[in-house]
Amino acid sequence: MADELTPDELLDKIDYGADSGNWMDTTKSVQIRPGMYCYAAKAESVETLGLPNARPWNPVEEDWKLPDDWQQILHNGIKERLERFRTFKIFMDVCVRCGACADKCHFFLGTGDPKNMPVLRAELLRSVYRNDFTTAGKILQNIPGGQRLGGNRPLTLDVLKEMWYYFFQCTECRRCSVFCPYGIDTAEITIMARELFNLIGLNIDWIATPVSNCYQTGNHLGIQPHAFKDMLEFFVEDIEEITGVDCTPHYQKKGADILFITPSGDVFADPGTYTCQGYLILFKYLKDKYGLDVTWSTYASEGGNFGFFTSHETMKRLNAKMYAEAKRLGVKWILGGECGHMWRVIHQYMDTMNGPADFLEVPVNPITGTKFANAASTKMVHITEFTADLIKHGKLELDKGRNANRILTFHDSCNPARGMGLLDEPRYVINHVCDNFYEMPPNTIRENTFCCGSGAGLNAGENMELRMAGALPRATALKHVHEKYGVNTLGTICAIDRAALSTLCEYWVPEVEVAGIHELVGNALILPGEKDRTEDLRMEPLPGCEEEE
Amino acid sequence: MTQKYLIPLTAVFLLFLVAYTGAGAGLGWFFGFVFPYVAIIAFLVGFVIKVMGWAASAVPFRIPTTCGQQKSLDWIQQNRIDNPDTTLGVFVRMLLEIFTFRSLFRNTKAAFNRNASNRITYSWEIFLWVAALAFHYAFLVVLLRHFRFFTSPVPGVVQFLESLDGIVQLGLPGLFLSGVVLPAAVLFLLARRLFDAKLRYISQASDYFPLFLILGIAATGISMRYFTKVDVTGIKEMTMGLVTFSPVIPDGIGGLFYGHLFLVSILLAYFPASKLMHLGGVFLSPTRNMANDTRAKRHVNPWNYDVPIHTYQDYEDHFRDKMIEAGLPVDKKE
Repeated sequence: MADELTPDELLDKIDYGADSGNWMDTTKSVQIRPGMYCYAAKAESVETLGLPNARPWNPVEEDWKLPDDWQQILHNGIKERLERFRTFKIFMDVCVRCGACADKCHFFLGTGDPKNMPVLRAELLRSVYRNDFTTAGKILQNIPGGQRLGGNRPLTLDVLKEMWYYFFQCTECRRCSVFCPYGIDTAEITIMARELFNLIGLNIDWIATPVSNCYQTGNHLGIQPHAFKDMLEFFVEDIEEITGVDCTPHYQKKGADILFITPSGDVFADPGTYTCQGYLILFKYLKDKYGLDVTWSTYASEGGNFGFFTSHETMKRLNAKMYAEAKRLGVKWILGGECGHMWRVIHQYMDTMNGPADFLEVPVNPITGTKFANAASTKMVHITEFTADLIKHGKLELDKGRNANRILTFHDSCNPARGMGLLDEPRYVINHVCDNFYEMPPNTIRENTFCCGSGAGLNAGENMELRMAGALPRATALKHVHEKYGVNTLGTICAIDRAALSTLCEYWVPEVEVAGIHELVGNALILPGEKDRTEDLRMEPLPGCEEEE
Repeated sequence: MTQKYLIPLTAVFLLFLVAYTGAGAGLGWFFGFVFPYVAIIAFLVGFVIKVMGWAASAVPFRIPTTCGQQKSLDWIQQNRIDNPDTTLGVFVRMLLEIFTFRSLFRNTKAAFNRNASNRITYSWEIFLWVAALAFHYAFLVVLLRHFRFFTSPVPGVVQFLESLDGIVQLGLPGLFLSGVVLPAAVLFLLARRLFDAKLRYISQASDYFPLFLILGIAATGISMRYFTKVDVTGIKEMTMGLVTFSPVIPDGIGGLFYGHLFLVSILLAYFPASKLMHLGGVFLSPTRNMANDTRAKRHVNPWNYDVPIHTYQDYEDHFRDKMIEAGLPVDKKE
């Protein structure tokens, strides 16, 4: 875990002066080392989805137990993807290696490893593309020294291992893409590389097992329907203790107005659970005040989609449940909770993959009359869009004072920021539930935001050194506002962030806690018939109630 | 490592020598019109094939990189350029990208300060943007100015451009600004690759080759205009012959010109097979040229296919007893 390497030891390793020598040579000495890689996918998880080459294997062993024709499989796989994805084809061809992306990657900034420069990460695959798919590459193969000169490499086992190592050191955060003059998106290249790995059974377990769980059981964590209900009921009890109000939700309620889907992480792990309680309080409020009927589903109980980190096909298979369940229940539209990559999938992929959702209505907030025209086709609305609209129309009674002990900053999650542009909605909500809000430096927020270092399926335990290194740029910015403004809470709208940033804080900035935005909403919202509240959702005394403790 | 730039440098030098001596040895026809024609054809055909190849690939998903506030609620100010939801917005975004290198303009430089503060700091790094812009525009001006050699009479636009380019009115023949800016920018871009450790590490021979080639073209061109004073009348006769498809090889043009023309021809022929195709690629980049309106308007994937899914019925069949016991609604009681 994190204590294997102290922050100081980690900082000692950072050096942005790249190695001398030719990066193509180092293939021979690819060192897949503990702390930096994730364990191999379990055979049974790969089998659940019927994906290829399910077997036990270990990345640090010499033999990866690949199919005999793995090179041919990958070659065909690349060829097919070049035809299917214009992004991939253009991004393989047009990079000029200007280096603008080089120091934009949190993993490069945290490790100093030159192969974590986005340009070089892409070159690992590009070198194979140039060798096998371009005329120049085919000519250079026949000239002594030509391959080296052209930066071309045949797809050897070493090259494969190196690619595997580094494409699982990318969190698909797209920060490099913001700075690229041609919009080259390393996330897209990583997505292709991981699809290719999956063709020969090279997924990591922290992705494969959640995917398998989600497919069979409905959510990444494999929470079975009765257990899911138990967990929410446990929150209901806590909320009742704190507020005196029973917020019991509906499950699979046919004919409800809205189906609500959120990442299962919010049901399972602190501090996401407090955010989940915030949702329950909000829905109870809307039910009592305005008669809005929101239902949860244990079948579609996962907003996140680790299929996105596996392949486009797997993403589609998992995502299909959202529309299927909305159709079965006959709701009007879908509301989505706070999550990062979930929203990239919903915003940029879902309708294309599993639409058209013509059985749903264009989302209208029945309480305010607002039509969410921006979601007219996909028919799914982000909860901060929804809550911001309610606040704007004065439909929520909020007591900001209950969050007065929170000095807040906001971490933009990569996917809502750079794959959607959801920036001001959460800030609007924050400013109405909390008085003390300070932004981190401009180079580290909004479209320039830094990843938590654990996205895209890398939130495992065994790669903690990698995660904490990748977390450094975010931590540095956080530390800055902590020291300057006394920030003690890091707000976020992503379930992976809630888990990953908590570890980040513990390691780099221990004085700061992580909170979802709807946890703060839950604290501030004045429920009809509530008792005199003295505790927040964490059962800690509210500001002004400390003496009673 | 040194091979990565020494080989391209040597190659450019040898290419020049080949043409320089070849033309002197009676191969003027080859370097004067055969190869230029071949190069032009290679450029045009190669460029079209490459772009058509990109265009032939599908765009299954609408995945713009959003660099500003989305369009959502009416009262939230959208960033219409960096996060466009309309064709007009995309058009402006592309225009700024193509003509002002907007993304590169954002460039920052990160530094890590161990021990002092343990902070990563970011500073605005404008030089790459300045050099890139200077290089591309100077190159464009030089290219357009050369239309004087392929048109008769020379259009007013070209003459006007020349007068602008020579506005400093220094020396005789008058100094062109582009003749200073172009080599200076190329040298800067070259120096970055050679002296910045990160850039040196990522650079390939194919990054150095075009820089040396363009430097060679600029050097021979500048030398002809300002120093060796070649026979311009003869050259124009020849270049006009090229564009009217009635090639002539006048005497006394000199090896320097053939060297210049050959390097230009090499650049053209090399272009479609190289990273220089970013010229075409930037127009087609899906992360920049698409509107961020996927939730409002459905984007269709031409190769979308059905996939096996775990249906609700499968799920209920699997968990029915537990669901009933927990009081969760089920479709079938048995």
